[in-house]
Amino acid sequence: MILKTTIQGFTTAVKGLLLTIRHLFAARQKREVVDIRQDAYFDQKEGVTTVQFPKEKMPIPEVARYQLDVEIDDCIVCDLCAKACPVDCITIEAVKSPEAIGKTSDGSVKRLYAAQFDIDMAKCMYCGLCTVVCPTECITMTDQYDRSTTKLTDLIYGFADMTDEEIAQRKEEWTRFQAEKEAAKKK
Amino acid sequence: MGELIIHIIVPIVIFGFIALFTLFAVYAERKIAGFVQDRLGPMETGKYGLLQTVADILKLIQKEFITPSVADKILFALAPIIIFIAVFIGFSVMPWGPDVLPANTNTGLFFIMAVVAIDAIGILMAGWGSNNKYSLLGSIRAIAQMVSYEIPVGLALISAVMITQTLNLNDIAFNQGIWANEDIYFLGIWNVTDIGGILAWNIFQTPHLLVVYAIFFIATLAECNRAPFDIPEAESELIGGFHTEYGGIRFAFIFLAEYAMMFLVAMLGVVIFLGGWNTPLPNIGGLKLADWTTGIYWGIFWTFVKSLTIVGIQMWIRWTLPRFRADQLMNLCWKIMIPIAFVCMAISGLWRILVMV
Repeated sequence: MILKTTIQGFTTAVKGLLLTIRHLFAARQKREVVDIRQDAYFDQKEGVTTVQFPKEKMPIPEVARYQLDVEIDDCIVCDLCAKACPVDCITIEAVKSPEAIGKTSDGSVKRLYAAQFDIDMAKCMYCGLCTVVCPTECITMTDQYDRSTTKLTDLIYGFADMTDEEIAQRKEEWTRFQAEKEAAKKK
Repeated sequence: MGELIIHIIVPIVIFGFIALFTLFAVYAERKIAGFVQDRLGPMETGKYGLLQTVADILKLIQKEFITPSVADKILFALAPIIIFIAVFIGFSVMPWGPDVLPANTNTGLFFIMAVVAIDAIGILMAGWGSNNKYSLLGSIRAIAQMVSYEIPVGLALISAVMITQTLNLNDIAFNQGIWANEDIYFLGIWNVTDIGGILAWNIFQTPHLLVVYAIFFIATLAECNRAPFDIPEAESELIGGFHTEYGGIRFAFIFLAEYAMMFLVAMLGVVIFLGGWNTPLPNIGGLKLADWTTGIYWGIFWTFVKSLTIVGIQMWIRWTLPRFRADQLMNLCWKIMIPIAFVCMAISGLWRILVMV
């Protein structure tokens, strides 16, 4: 019994040692960085696998689950993305407009101004639900994943392009419009 | 006066060598680990990460001494020194070349066995003095392991000494090459005194010394607490084992002792079994390879090459085999290696009486 396990132990140890020394000598060469979508991806079985990150990068798909980007001109400020977000990392503040502002590139009518459109990338869990619900497909995921900062607030991305004066002006326009409507109702 | 200076310089040189060897060995270890696992190992500090270990030791030197408040302060401070000195003294009787050794004593082998055993006390002091359950567990394991494995190491060495008939490491090394004082028989039948080379090494003088060397190698791996026998410092269950609480230069000394121990046991194996400073190249007819490659400088060179090869094999084993469980470790020692070592010892005695006469 002991003899059997001993012999088995030694043979398996030798097998393991041969395996590791094969890898030791195979480490003279390096595996090429290959896109995972290529058929030849699994053909490289030997060599060092390390990708020395900042100096070399792995190929990634153009649009994958990386950082979010918003094309604010196409946004109709419907707030669906903020509602879909499981971690509430999207903050949207809308200002209503008396008449249609314009059209997005796919033809939807814009009726709201985006006074604030912030995405907190530190909270984002990269689930991609916001991109699914977006009716105009203005919120997308990009191929940007390498972002590090010493200040947490740097990770809050603001996409709204309105200035404070503009916001104040739009707000005032809406209140005036409301007041006019009230006045018209009273008459 | 001149002798005194030599007595001071030699330890300093050996210490410098150990420190340099440790720097080199840690780098080599990390690189081998990387390559075995298809990684690159350290790459950022210096070209190919060559300065990594230098940076590490600079960091360790700068750190402050931290002693846990409930630790036994004296034992805690003393332990790294004792661990290191136990191994360091072992180098005092190791022959580097023909007659190149700090102390030529007739009981060299015995002396090494005696002082290296002190290492166990140092480890117990480190574990107990830390007053930390993980450290204590680690050192208990270390003691159990080192005391057990001292036996197969001792028996393996006795088997070899029965053949060599001397405990003087210098003489043992001399009698394995073309400068031998006695006739050397390859496997007990073929006189290879003039041929020398690999054929004259102790390991080939009798067939069973190969087995004895295997036992010696495995048992010394356990002696220096290297994987797969590194249960005293099993990271996954004991954090760092007996050196959990150590930091800075004290940790550096424990580390230094571990690598010095690796080199010491590799060199001991080389001296006793693998020809010591003798060349592996035999004389073949007119091609006097052994004559050409024997001498003081060649001797030192061969000692280095052989010892570093053995150290390399130790690292290779470390990055291949998983750690033994404590009971498996004891099984291997008491049920397998000690019986085999006893059988080998008996064969050595019979060989001495019947074959070598």
